[in-house]
Amino acid sequence: MPGQTFAQKALARAAGRDTCAVGEILDVEPDVVLSHDNTAAIRRIWEEFGQDRVKHPERMAITLDHAVPAPSAVHAQNHREIREFVGDQGIVHFFEAGRGICHQVLSEEVVVRPGQVILGADSHTPHFGWLGAFGAGIGRSEVAALWAQGQLWLKVPATMRINLNGAMPEGVTAKDFALRIIGDMGADGGLYRSIEFAGDTIHAMTLESRMVLPNMMAEFGAKNAVICPDEPVLTWCLERLAMRHGIEAGSSAWADLADGLRKDCLYPDTDCELESELHFAAEDLEPYIARPHSVDDVVPLSELGQVNVDAAFIGTCTNGRLEDMSAAANILATRRLAPGLSLVIIPASSQVLEACIELGYAETFARAGAMLGVPGCGPCMGNHFGVPAPGETVISSANRNFRGRMGTPSAGIYLSSPAVVAASAVAGRIVDPRELD
Amino acid sequence: MARTDRRFTGRIWKYGDNVNTDVIFPGKYTYTLKTPEEIAAHALEDLDPGFAANVQPGDLVVAGRNWGCGSSREQAVSCLVLAGVRAVIARSFSRIWYRNALNNGLLALECPAFVDLAVAGDTATVVLDEAYIATSNGRTVTFQPLSDDVLRILEAGGLIPYIKQQMAV
Ligand code: SF4
Repeated sequence: MPGQTFAQKALARAAGRDTCAVGEILDVEPDVVLSHDNTAAIRRIWEEFGQDRVKHPERMAITLDHAVPAPSAVHAQNHREIREFVGDQGIVHFFEAGRGICHQVLSEEVVVRPGQVILGADSHTPHFGWLGAFGAGIGRSEVAALWAQGQLWLKVPATMRINLNGAMPEGVTAKDFALRIIGDMGADGGLYRSIEFAGDTIHAMTLESRMVLPNMMAEFGAKNAVICPDEPVLTWCLERLAMRHGIEAGSSAWADLADGLRKDCLYPDTDCELESELHFAAEDLEPYIARPHSVDDVVPLSELGQVNVDAAFIGTCTNGRLEDMSAAANILATRRLAPGLSLVIIPASSQVLEACIELGYAETFARAGAMLGVPGCGPCMGNHFGVPAPGETVISSANRNFRGRMGTPSAGIYLSSPAVVAASAVAGRIVDPRELD
Repeated sequence: MARTDRRFTGRIWKYGDNVNTDVIFPGKYTYTLKTPEEIAAHALEDLDPGFAANVQPGDLVVAGRNWGCGSSREQAVSCLVLAGVRAVIARSFSRIWYRNALNNGLLALECPAFVDLAVAGDTATVVLDEAYIATSNGRTVTFQPLSDDVLRILEAGGLIPYIKQQMAV
């Protein structure tokens, strides 16, 4: 029997099996079940089962992030119902409005660990592959079913491995690599697939940069995407878990925790069956832009031509982390926004926001004329906080630029790395930061 | 009408590749619109503004590759169910939309050959037991028969009723 891929190993383990075959349908017990502002709607579905208690409250993770602070009384009522439900069911992993976006917060809190399976009522749940977990998005009914039963059918996906080796040119980011992949192969290039990222460039990336890759693979049609956990990932998990549980560095509890984390890591066998394998040379990458209204309409920034912008947005679960804030602050430190243009900056979590304050980025943003928002999804899906006017052009660090995504069907959304967004906000047109004087 | 009526005829609405959940059901409504009428009234709003007002029970939606890509929002399925759509036939589906369809009792068939033949406004007949689709001028194409697992969930009317049966609620 050939070796097993990461997806086979993770799903077999969650189904209580040693191995499984690609294409097989398994009843999987996820370690974590994620929902967010959609929790109240899921609760109404779950109530049809007539249960008093959910089966595994300790496996549930709930964040308020998609419309925070509540933009209307309807949204506020929605949050209120979720808080009541969380109280009634005794859910521990609950994160209040303002704490941040689900994928960022659960990563910071290490609610999901390497080797685990997380299913979420959110399409960007592949995100958790950055730390070596199997993450997949599911629907609301499925989350309700998981609350009731603790298990769900999943088909074991075939695996596509994407290798990146070599040195990334200055000014090129993980976001550019993700856009390049999607642009080359199309928005369904990874449909139903498990994507395994490999290569020295991937492991040389900061953890914050790595998070971009599995997150963006949702736009590639992937079921999950993963980067094998290495020492920096284990250290991230260990330090944060130890802090949460009050474990002292060097103690025996610390050593046990480190051992446990290491043992749970899953790595594909060297003789596992890959359906396809791609190789990219980092030296060949450049900054890329996705044009409206499709994430796979990708061109090199150098070939974009003149595009004037009305609004700019830096944030989201894809690019709202500290290094993204830092890239923006570098550009805005000595510059102001183009006249008539609005720039909204929303840190992905309260920890990112605190760091922005400590490092002086918050002041830099304010002085440059930007609007700094409350940690959460902001205008990413058009709920509020910077929704464009009809016909406007937006440059955004988000992951998705579908028509109407930000609430306005006639607005056009361009996607890029945060540095390009910041530079474009200064220039009033989409530019490479390296071109700013 | 049982969800899995074995043979049915419907009128065709035809769309292209990569139709995403934001144009099927805009994200800005996901936490505010709750009644079936409201949800149905916004179906395909940003793709085909004429759809919601003119769709009739039993109609078929035919589309290209990667139908339903994007968000996990289930209204991107339920808005079609509530609008009366009988089945969606596409070259391929995004995986979350496909699961949501099945779990909401909406038949989703992968059948590229039919997509080539389908003409908007025309009718077609789907025969589930024999796994073929016939156009109004008598041409037929076959599709991969549904697996028993899929049929069981569809026959129950979706995942929730299916689990309720299992739990004997
Ligand atoms: S930031 Fe955008 S893509 Fe990420 S979870 Fe929020 S709405 Fe979804």
